[in-house]
Amino acid sequence: MGDILNIFIKAAFIDNMILSYFLGMCSYLAVSKSVKTAIGLGIAVVFVLAITTPVNWLIDFFLMKDGAVIPGVNLVFLRLILFISTIAALVQFVEMVVEKASPALYNQLGIFLPLITVNCSILGASLFMVSREYNFGQSTAFGIGAGVGWALAIIAFAAIREKLRTAAIPAPLRGLGMAFILTGLMGMAFMGFMGINPAEYMK
Amino acid sequence: MATDTKVSVLGKNERKLITDPIDDNNPVTVQILGVCSALAVTSQVYPALIMAIGVTLVTAFSNLVTSMLRKSIPSSIRMIVQLLIVAALVQVVEMLLGAFAYSAYEMLSVFIGLIITNCIVMGRLEAYAMANKPWQSFLDGIGNGLGYGFILIIMAVIREISGKGSFMGWKVLPSWYIPNNLMVLPCASLFLIGVIIWVQRARNQKLVDVS
Repeated sequence: MGDILNIFIKAAFIDNMILSYFLGMCSYLAVSKSVKTAIGLGIAVVFVLAITTPVNWLIDFFLMKDGAVIPGVNLVFLRLILFISTIAALVQFVEMVVEKASPALYNQLGIFLPLITVNCSILGASLFMVSREYNFGQSTAFGIGAGVGWALAIIAFAAIREKLRTAAIPAPLRGLGMAFILTGLMGMAFMGFMGINPAEYMK
Repeated sequence: MATDTKVSVLGKNERKLITDPIDDNNPVTVQILGVCSALAVTSQVYPALIMAIGVTLVTAFSNLVTSMLRKSIPSSIRMIVQLLIVAALVQVVEMLLGAFAYSAYEMLSVFIGLIITNCIVMGRLEAYAMANKPWQSFLDGIGNGLGYGFILIIMAVIREISGKGSFMGWKVLPSWYIPNNLMVLPCASLFLIGVIIWVQRARNQKLVDVS
């Protein structure tokens, strides 16, 4: 249990998807103009990550391991293609489910849902899960943690950006330049989480 | 394409397709595409160089293939078709790197696979290759790959020299230089790209954000 919690905390704060791996930077910069939309996208990303990471784990384990389908045949070369197809299909599926189950949330998320397919943090989480050799429980925790960390970063960033609108910034630095420097400062702040190990406290 | 009378192999417009994305229309600092990997792989020069070559190849060839198929791709499923073309090319690049440049393959780890979702590739497919001829699309892909590589190399050189005192793995600064570890940390690349954008926009006023 401590192990799972550890992976969650690590994915959400210490190895934050945006602040230490820069994944999903494009939508992070584009959709952080107001806190409300940032919250919408943040929720959508948590949702999609929490589903795609375990599903991709199942696909990797039952279809692509050495000799899993046909004895003696290693299908690892299909990994990227299968992962991205799963993500595209699941995003489409999640979109349809959300539309049926909760039209209010669907309207709030709007165009952000389909765009999540090309958000690097989704594919990134699946690839990290493979390269770190997580098991099923660990990859679920990792997916949720990575999503929560991503959402946290974009919401905090949007809030800072709203305040920044009235600040006197030199003209060439306005907009994109300042956004990067701000993200860097946030990254430095998040480095304060480094070295926290929840498994230690649970002993 | 045989019926086209005005296809020039490297005319003025074709040269512009390659040179424009290096400064005025740079994919990273102006179009804001492909920022994720630009920041993540730049702590040393060697992996940055390999990454730049990989992205250039994938962008150029996916542009070429998509442009050749552009009339037969139904618009409702074009995203999926594009993703599959890109994924297949990236898989080839990944296997080539694993075979011929294993140390870079190890250092780049997941970021090679993430070329699939690199916004430069998808962005150029949507914005250029779906509406233009194969040869021009191919050049556009090379130009954008080079523009991306240009920013990558600038950042990697600054970060490796100041952060480690070395260049491509060789020590270049004298021993009295104490490496500045901050420059190797992830957040330094964000400050650095902020400063690069600042310098570029101060030189080129028409890029300044008016809003």
